[in-house]
Amino acid sequence: MTNFVDLWVYLSGSPLLWLTTTLLAYLAADAISAACGRHPLANPVLIAVTFVSIVVVASGTSFPAYFAGAQFVHFLLGPATVALAVPLVRHLPQVRRALVPMLVALVAGSATAIACAVWLARAFGLDRAEILALAPKSATAAIAMGIAEKMGGDPALTAVLTILTGITGAIIVTPLMNALRLRNYAARGFAAGLTSHGIGTARAFQVDPLAGTFAGIALGLNGLLTALLVPLLLPWLLN
Amino acid sequence: MILLFVLMLARAPLPVTLGNTADGLLQHLSLLFVPAGVGVVQHLELLSGAGLRLMAVVVLTTLITLAVTALVFAALARLLHADALAAGKPESGERP
Repeated sequence: MTNFVDLWVYLSGSPLLWLTTTLLAYLAADAISAACGRHPLANPVLIAVTFVSIVVVASGTSFPAYFAGAQFVHFLLGPATVALAVPLVRHLPQVRRALVPMLVALVAGSATAIACAVWLARAFGLDRAEILALAPKSATAAIAMGIAEKMGGDPALTAVLTILTGITGAIIVTPLMNALRLRNYAARGFAAGLTSHGIGTARAFQVDPLAGTFAGIALGLNGLLTALLVPLLLPWLLN
Repeated sequence: MILLFVLMLARAPLPVTLGNTADGLLQHLSLLFVPAGVGVVQHLELLSGAGLRLMAVVVLTTLITLAVTALVFAALARLLHADALAAGKPESGERP
């Protein structure tokens, strides 16, 4: 038993434990998702986060201690963003042909995300701080937090709402698009990336490479447009 | 992303190793959101109080934004006869 305690003391002092936990949880989550035939409800992000959270909470680990190990995974988000250029180049002809639908859908979707969030929040009687945190939640987490902070909202709450929007979108996009009988995988992917940023894009790549490509474009463009539209629309939406 | 894109437009053939690396990363994109997701779980107490209403706004907005974006995109693509962009590959409809 002392051996186990010694091992635990050693491992918990090393960031590798949490890196390994994260990777193992993801491998298990991915295997579950594959076994379910990539069913939308078997979302690998949701499953892996649940596994890791149970271990982190049960072992009484603080988030900074966990993140010291997990940061190596988190860091890869940067290179992955750069890597999105590869499918973009591969599908360049399709992207070029879809330029007009893409740009119109971008403006329509981005404005819908912001306006709907603010209107619904007001209808539900949420306060100003919560409205400010909800408005930019379709942008990627880093941008959404920046926007909320600048507008006087709480970046931590925005991060929570943004990630929840990502997971929600990744789960409902497939059944929703099937119910709408939309077979255009470029449109489906673009909607997933615009609404649910990186987590939606991860889902789109799971389903179809063309959908993933358009999701990646939407993720990038909507980050920019949300940063422009929120300060512009908010005073008007709050009146 | 934009830099790599421009760089790759400049030199037309995509280096195989670069393509493989990018595919590998993007295939496991879900993994990269796990640390952020765990961070969210630690902050779930922020949702207490108005949690149910906040969650309702998240779900409804996500649903509406997804539908509006995809419908606008698909309608314009059809209008501009660019719908062929989904052609050339089998549409099973059974894909997840």
